[in-house]
Amino acid sequence: MNILCTGLNYKNSPLEVREKFAVGSHELEETLAAVRRVEGLAGAVILSTCNRVEFYTASLCPVRAFEGLRELLHTRAGFTAEAPLYFHDTTRSVRHLFRVVSGLDSMVIGETEILGQVKKAYSAAVEVGATSLHLNKLFQQSFRVAKHVRSETRITRGTTSVGSVAVDLAGKIFGDLTGKRVMILGAGETSERTARSLVSRGVRTVIVSNRTFERAAKLAEEIGGLAIHFDHWQNAFAEVDILICSTAAPGIILTEEKLAPLMKNREGRPLFIIDLAVPRDVESSVNELEGVYLYDIDSLEEIVRQSLDVRRSEVARCEKMISVQVKSFLSWLQTHPNFRP
Amino acid sequence: MDRLLLIAATLCFLASCAYTLYALGAGRFRPGRINFGVILAGFFFQTTFLYLRGQAEGSCPLNSLFDILVFQSWALVLIYLIVGPAYRLSLLGAFTAPFAFGLMLMAFLLPGTQNPVPRAVINPWVEFHAALSLIAYGAFGLACVAGIMYLLQERQLKNHKASTLLYNLPPINDLAVANRRLVWFGFALLTIAFAAGFLSRGPVNSVKFWAAGLIWCFYAAYLILGRLHTLAPRRLAELSVILFILALLTLPAMQYFSSRP
Repeated sequence: MNILCTGLNYKNSPLEVREKFAVGSHELEETLAAVRRVEGLAGAVILSTCNRVEFYTASLCPVRAFEGLRELLHTRAGFTAEAPLYFHDTTRSVRHLFRVVSGLDSMVIGETEILGQVKKAYSAAVEVGATSLHLNKLFQQSFRVAKHVRSETRITRGTTSVGSVAVDLAGKIFGDLTGKRVMILGAGETSERTARSLVSRGVRTVIVSNRTFERAAKLAEEIGGLAIHFDHWQNAFAEVDILICSTAAPGIILTEEKLAPLMKNREGRPLFIIDLAVPRDVESSVNELEGVYLYDIDSLEEIVRQSLDVRRSEVARCEKMISVQVKSFLSWLQTHPNFRP
Repeated sequence: MDRLLLIAATLCFLASCAYTLYALGAGRFRPGRINFGVILAGFFFQTTFLYLRGQAEGSCPLNSLFDILVFQSWALVLIYLIVGPAYRLSLLGAFTAPFAFGLMLMAFLLPGTQNPVPRAVINPWVEFHAALSLIAYGAFGLACVAGIMYLLQERQLKNHKASTLLYNLPPINDLAVANRRLVWFGFALLTIAFAAGFLSRGPVNSVKFWAAGLIWCFYAAYLILGRLHTLAPRRLAELSVILFILALLTLPAMQYFSSRP
C-alpha cells in the first residue's frame, strides 16, 4: 500500500489559489466521497486550513491515483491552468504529515493550532468511513509524533506575537489574571487586541481612556469595559494592574516623577506597563521604580525574536526525531500486504 | 550504617541539583515528579539517620553542631515537602535541594567529632523548644529560597530577558505571597518554641537568649513592615534572605552557649 499526499500550501501558492482549492466543512463529506471514487484509492483524509489544502490518501497504484486526483481537484476548483500541486510518494508523504502536525511546516514555526486542525480533519474522515487501516495507523502515529516533538524539544517555546508576549508576561508577574484590572490609554488596534487577549485570560475590568471620548466609549462598549475622559485617567490609576499605552501623543505622558507618588498608594501591588506607542508614552526610567515592569514595543518584539530564534534552533532536533518515526512507520508498512515502496 | 544514610541523603540532594542545572541548561526543564521524588528519598534517609541518632543519644539528636546542621537540613526539606505540593511553585524543590545539600556538606566538613553525644539531663520542654526552633528555621530557610527565586524572576522581568529561567520560575506575585506566608509560619513556630523554652524553667545563657531574641525581633520587624507596606516585596525578599543567613550564622554560637548557662 502507498501513502500519498497531494495539495498546496502557503509556500507554493498565494491565497487566491489556495481559496479556490479550499474544502469547507459543509462540502467535506461530498468531496471525500468524490476522492474515494478515484480509481485505485483506498482511503482519504482532507486537511483544509487557511495555510494549506492537502489530501492524504492510501492507494495501490500511485500513478493512476495522482492522475485521478489532479483531474478531480482541478475540476472541483474550476482551475483551468496547471495548479502548483505537490505530489509526494509514501516516504515523503509520511515525513510531510509528521512535519505538519509538529508545526515545522507552519508559517509560524512550532505553532500548535495545526495539531487540532489535523485531528479534526482525521475525525471528520473517520466519521464518514473514508479512512483505511494504513491511514488510521499513520494519523494516530502522527499525533504521537507531535506530542513527542513538543515535549522533548523547545519548538513551542515562548510566544510569537506582541499581544501574546504581553499576556505571557502578565502571567509571569501576576500569576492568575482573574480579577485584574487593565487600563488602555489611547484606543489603538494593537492595544485593543492585547486587551482582548487579557480579557480572555480572566481580566475583570478594562478602563479605556482616549483624547476623543467617543472613540474610548466605542471601544469600551466593544470589549465590555468602561470609558473615562482622558483628563481623569490618573484618578482611576490606583486600582489598575496593567496599563496599555498607545496614544498618538508627540511626547512622554507618564514620567517617573508622576508615577513614583502614585505607586505609594498601591500597597506593594506590581504594575505592568505595556507601551505600544511610537513615539513612546512612558519614560524608560519608570522601569527602575520598585514593582513597575515596563515593556515598550521594541522589548516585546525582542522577546518575540528570541522565541523564534529558540524555535528555529530546535528544528534540526525535531527533524531527527521525525526521521526515526518515519522509519518506524515505513517498517510497519512493509510488514503489511500490498506494500510498495 | 548511619553514615551511609547521610551520604545517601546528600547524594540525593546533589542529584536533584545536578538534574535541574542540566535540564535548565539544555532548556528542557519540565516541572515534574523527578525532583520531588529524589528529595523525598533524601528526606527518608535523613529521617532514618536522625531516628538512629536519637536512639544512640537517648534524646532529640541536637547535641552537637553536626547534629544541628543535619537536623536543620532535615527541617528545611520537611517544610518543603509540606508546603511544596500546596503552593505548586515550579522550581521550589530545585532551589531547596542546594540548600539541603549545602547544610549536609557543612556537617560533613565540620572539624571535630561526628560521633553521638549522649545528654546527661533530659527535659522534654527543652527538647521540644530546640526541635521546634530548628523547624521554624526550616520555614525561614524556605522563605529565603522563595526570596531568592523572587529576586531572580524580578531580574529577568526588569531586564526583559526571555530566558529558560523566566519561563520556568513561578510568577513573582506568587513568590512574594509564598515568601511572606513562610515567614509568618516560621515566626509562629519560633514563638511557640520560645514559649516552650520559658516553660522548661532551665538555666538560660544570656548570649544565647539575646541572640535568639534578636532573630525573633528581626522577623517580627519583617512582618510588621510587610503588613504596613513600608517595604516593597523586593525589599522583603532581600530581607528574608539576609535574615536567614544571619539566623544560620548564629547557630554555632547558640549550640556553643547552650551547654554554658
